[in-house]
Amino acid sequence: MGKIRFIQGNEAIAEGALAAGARFYAGYPITPSSEIAEIAARRMLEVGGIYLQMEDEIASMAAIIGASCAGSKSFTATSGPGFSLMQENLGLAVMAEVPCVVVDVQRSGPSTGLATKPAQADVMQAKWGRHGDQEIIALSPTSVQECFDLTVKAFNLSERFRVPVILLADEIVGHMRENVEIPDEVEVWPRRLPTVPPEEYRPFRPDADGVPPLAFYGSEYVFHITGSMHDETGYASNDPKNAQRKVQRLHDKIHKNRAHLTFVRTRIPPEAKVVLVAYGVTARSARAAMEMAGPGVGLLELVTLWPFPDEEVREALAGGKVAVVPEMNLGQVGREVSRATSAEVVGVNKANGEPITPYEILDTLKGVM
Amino acid sequence: MATAREYLADWMMPHMWCSGCGNGIVLGALCRVLAELGLGRNEVVITTGIGCWGKADDYMSTSAFHGTHGRALPAATGIKCGNPNLTVLALMGDGDGATIGGNHLIHSARRNIDLTAIVVNNYNYGMTGGQYSGTTPAGKRTTTSPAGNPEREFDLCRVVAAAGAPYVARATVYHVTLMERLIKEAIQKKGFAFVEVASGCPTHYGRLNKIVGPVKMMEWFRDSAVRLGQGEGPLVIGKLVDEDVPDFLERYEALRANTAVDTERDTGR
Ligand SMILES: Cc1ncc(C[n+]2csc(CCOP(=O)(O)OP(=O)(O)O)c2C)c(N)n1
Ligand code: SF4
Repeated sequence: MGKIRFIQGNEAIAEGALAAGARFYAGYPITPSSEIAEIAARRMLEVGGIYLQMEDEIASMAAIIGASCAGSKSFTATSGPGFSLMQENLGLAVMAEVPCVVVDVQRSGPSTGLATKPAQADVMQAKWGRHGDQEIIALSPTSVQECFDLTVKAFNLSERFRVPVILLADEIVGHMRENVEIPDEVEVWPRRLPTVPPEEYRPFRPDADGVPPLAFYGSEYVFHITGSMHDETGYASNDPKNAQRKVQRLHDKIHKNRAHLTFVRTRIPPEAKVVLVAYGVTARSARAAMEMAGPGVGLLELVTLWPFPDEEVREALAGGKVAVVPEMNLGQVGREVSRATSAEVVGVNKANGEPITPYEILDTLKGVM
Repeated sequence: MATAREYLADWMMPHMWCSGCGNGIVLGALCRVLAELGLGRNEVVITTGIGCWGKADDYMSTSAFHGTHGRALPAATGIKCGNPNLTVLALMGDGDGATIGGNHLIHSARRNIDLTAIVVNNYNYGMTGGQYSGTTPAGKRTTTSPAGNPEREFDLCRVVAAAGAPYVARATVYHVTLMERLIKEAIQKKGFAFVEVASGCPTHYGRLNKIVGPVKMMEWFRDSAVRLGQGEGPLVIGKLVDEDVPDFLERYEALRANTAVDTERDTGR
């Protein structure tokens, strides 16, 4: 049954992480994510975990990767500028295939921008913030309940696919308070440990699904983890064939498993000519706008932002429907919708630190209906 | 009894270091110390950043973590917190560990996390072609200080000691017996232990500063190093700090033990 609590999104994220089994947090405070650090600092003491306040976000990211290799489920939370600092080591986690969760409670930019005001402008940073070809998973919560649920999901997907998962929240869901049901137990995906004898273990030899089992330091397995190009043994290799295979596998293990990690919510009446494509807190305004506009309008909510739900978007917009994409940036997801489909895409965009209201969306809907 | 050879990844040989480079000497010493301590290959995690010395993990058969340039210490910090039973060693060059990673060096020493940091200081960035680092002495030539280094160097041991490290020591690749003893003590030390090993990069630093060839580099260390208590100079070698203070995890556990009531406050539960 669990219990109902009236809490903030940021608190729900911290609780979700603990419920998923996180026992290590390393971070550097930044508004609007700091409550996650504050709650982790208290709760880690209670649950036998460790909270570490690092000297910066670069160190925080390195520390959670290290702790994960040593067998401790780990996470960090930050916002725009801190997320930028984490990018190099996020790339390391992708390359070294180390599970961990990074929460980015998005705020205004560029740079310090309207420091504490909301935005949804790190969508592209989450995907392309690092050098090199790579895939990650990014999820976006629309409510406080989802802050909890998707954080649990983020940990599970991260362990399952040996990839860092980004929870792309925003200041509004991070700071809003709502009733949340916290279950007594959540589904936890355990790390897939090697079963071979220690001398046969290859930390980068994939199973059939493209994902290699991961041991932890200190177990009977001795292994090397590296961000440099490596072969299945984990030792450096400069062989071009090996490099091509590795980078391709990093891509394929996400794309070939899309069915397990792509989540959307669809409400499209048969008579709909226009479909709102929305995510995060903006999806709530989109819901309200849809109610006001009537049955000519459908709604596609993107829970998974990366890998981008191409097929689901294509399906929702089939038959010449127009896409209206409200987002608190100048069109980052709108551009993805255009890439994925031939639909006409109309953006409702705001980058002034203010939320997008249902009326603003309604105005645009009236213009295209 | 384990042999030093067992800690060497001999299938990775030949290594990529230039002939006459000091890195091999430090690697040898490290393998001998691990053998003397009888540590299992799965009980040791070597973390490295990027640089010539940062390749050392490629040549070791223990568990290892090869991360990004300058970040070996925070990664090691996470590993130690994830499993406090591990012996964690961070191997870094002076660029890696003390210049780009200088902030982590200071804070790891202050935090007093139970790690051993070994900075092999060859006074320049070997891997990228011999540019100046935070330890290149003022006035010395590198590929980016063709007229001499306009910046001043810092003394790593003094920086780390000032930041609160309970164990700080320095040796050179000429003083191998001393180096081995200090590395062994550092690993056994509970808390943040720092060993600086002055080393030669004959390919870049030596050549540009007219200390030509590995032999000349060795003579330079022999002639310029001063044993602790036997005089002054920039290259004082020996054990500089050795104190007993509770390390981070010890303090954390002590605080955890008496905060149970406090944590119930204003969390709404
Ligand atoms: C973020 C980043 N900046 C720069 C580099 C390029 N780089 C690689 S190794 C290195 C310096 C290595 O010097 P040092 O740490 O002193 O080690 P050495 O090669 O002398 O052993 C640099 C600047 C990098 N890999 N990553
Ligand atoms: S460049 Fe210098 S530090 Fe690097 S391997 Fe050669 S001699 Fe050693």
